[in-house]
Amino acid sequence: MIVAVASGKGGTGKTTVSASLASVWKRPVMAVDMDVEEPNLHLFLRPTWASAESVHLAVPLLDEDRCRLCGACADFCQFKAISLLGKHLMLFPEMCHGCGGCLSVCPEGALRRGQRELGTVEVGITGEAIPCLTGRLRVGEAMSPPLMRTLLGKAWAQKELEARDMVIDAPPGVSCPAMTAVRGADVILLVTEPTPFGLHDLRLAWKAFRPLGIPMGVVINRAGLGDRNVQGFCEENVLPVLAEIPFSRDVAEHYARGGVLARLDAGMKERFEALAERLERMALEGVTHA
Amino acid sequence: MRSAPASILAVTSEGPTLADQVDPRFGRAGGFVVMELETGAFRYVDNGSSQVLPQGAGIQATENLVKAGAQVLLTGQVGPKAWAALEAAGLKVVQGVEDMTVAEAIQRFRAGEFAFSDAPAH
Amino acid sequence: MRELVILSGKGGTGKTSLAAAFAHLAQGKVLCDLDVDAPDLHLIAEPAVQRSGPFLSGHVAVIDPDLCKGCGACEGLCAFGAIAKQESIFTIDASRCEGCKVCVNRCPEEAIDFQERLCGSWYESETRFGPMVHALLDPGQENSGKLVTLLKAKARERARQLGLDLILSDGAPGIGCPVISSLAQATLALLVTEPTPSGLHDLERVESLCRHFRMPTAVLINKADLNPDYLSAIRSLCSTQGMPLVGQLPHDPAVVEAMVRGEAVTEGPATPFGDEVRHVWGSILHLLDTP
Repeated sequence: MIVAVASGKGGTGKTTVSASLASVWKRPVMAVDMDVEEPNLHLFLRPTWASAESVHLAVPLLDEDRCRLCGACADFCQFKAISLLGKHLMLFPEMCHGCGGCLSVCPEGALRRGQRELGTVEVGITGEAIPCLTGRLRVGEAMSPPLMRTLLGKAWAQKELEARDMVIDAPPGVSCPAMTAVRGADVILLVTEPTPFGLHDLRLAWKAFRPLGIPMGVVINRAGLGDRNVQGFCEENVLPVLAEIPFSRDVAEHYARGGVLARLDAGMKERFEALAERLERMALEGVTHA
Repeated sequence: MRSAPASILAVTSEGPTLADQVDPRFGRAGGFVVMELETGAFRYVDNGSSQVLPQGAGIQATENLVKAGAQVLLTGQVGPKAWAALEAAGLKVVQGVEDMTVAEAIQRFRAGEFAFSDAPAH
Repeated sequence: MRELVILSGKGGTGKTSLAAAFAHLAQGKVLCDLDVDAPDLHLIAEPAVQRSGPFLSGHVAVIDPDLCKGCGACEGLCAFGAIAKQESIFTIDASRCEGCKVCVNRCPEEAIDFQERLCGSWYESETRFGPMVHALLDPGQENSGKLVTLLKAKARERARQLGLDLILSDGAPGIGCPVISSLAQATLALLVTEPTPSGLHDLERVESLCRHFRMPTAVLINKADLNPDYLSAIRSLCSTQGMPLVGQLPHDPAVVEAMVRGEAVTEGPATPFGDEVRHVWGSILHLLDTP
């Protein structure tokens, strides 16, 4: 089964929860960090890295000798990655989405596949034998989804090969990158905090992910700090609160040292084990909220 | 290099007349006042096709200028991609033109007060 | 015109809470919430919307079920896995479609429509802190930075109309498109961080991004008392990269307490934390005024 740990708001504790879940998961599991802009999961799971592979997007390269400046490619491109300006055909590979359209419309075969580096996919294994995959977006690269798709493909292949469950640490928000991370999951775990910002963004996430028809549960992190409106919202909308992690200075300092929360003490370990069990049950029952 | 009279001048503009304010943006400017300097005849070229794009507005705007036959551009600032496009298209660019009407911008250009940029503003 | 963009790399460091406080303290500015994916600044600023409009960006391909003959050519051509078979015809998942037009162009039956995509809404509002420009992107939409660019332009226009020369922008987490777009024409990027492994790691990435775009940066360490080792590491980074450190704020419940009251932490009764924030704002103003 695949659990995607997501959140409308950044900084609620997605990575904290993902790392802890992976560390207590009873069946063979792998951890995938899909927050490719700011991957943090490895800071807690501390895998030994086995490989790092550059991932590229196919972008057009121009053979100027063959180009007749007809402009068919520039006319076609929806993203202004190719532009015919007077006698120059200019390429802007950083704008390219990799659709391949220009390559197919060129009547002279003057365009061929080049590449733009999106970032890297790193594969490692933790001391507890948990495979860990991380995507890392090249600084300056604007688009996350292409790298995320490659990462997901690799993760999926390993999951099938090794018959593992998967815990996905998703990026924050509800736009395209977050959707890409959660859409294939069997259950989505929304991490929130009991504050006005937390509630607002939880509501956004719940509305955004509902149409996917995937069962959703909530973890309230830093419980006790703020108000009780998040609990109220969950009750009203029949959104199960699967765990609460109370705010404490100890927890905050443990996190600030890079500690996996489930290893703080026996109580915390039990809390995450119970959460894992509830998630499995939700995934099996396939209960969704229309 | 001081600006010297050239044939066809484009100014990013908030509206279609010479009394309108210069639009400091290039890629997402509302439009351009394009003037033939020898005769003073001008027309307004709408830049809506650039504004609707999710990305690459500066590149589309450059294409619009090329189609309009412009040789010189007066505007507030131009980004690096648009700069590359403008350079490839052979246009000369004056940046820092803002907080004045189109008429004033053209008058100052004719008087040789502006210098052509050699790099994008940012 | 000066524009301060508040970024963090990592979410949850206190960017928006601090942006609200600066919004309260700053004189003569336009507020801009550039976190269009999950905006929160309005929860404190309480904007009264004066003008709003649809945000249209890019296109989406839509297959007409009556014209589709089920040949499947489109599915093979789609680079984004957006097209799937449904019984005898094909359908497009709008959330995966990137609007590239390949399928539209190649469908032998011309059965695919290419529609403008409504991605969200923008708002121009008034708040007790002054004018504010904000937006909300619809879920699952591509956050290409175009909406960020639109908001920045509106903020600039509003500032000019009112004779103001400062824009205060609350940015998005991460280092992708919306963050890159938020840097355009900005004067200074304030990076809000926390002394934790994620805080340091993400600060390095967003700082690298700012350097890539030659954007002057300053750093504010929030929750500074959480971990002395990471505090030290971040201070070293600031020193090595020549980034002014405008302040170190302790982890203080006053922030959430103010948020729950719907106030900036500098509003309401004076607190030691609020006083420190005022001091930090003074340092930031000084940086903004120094070329």
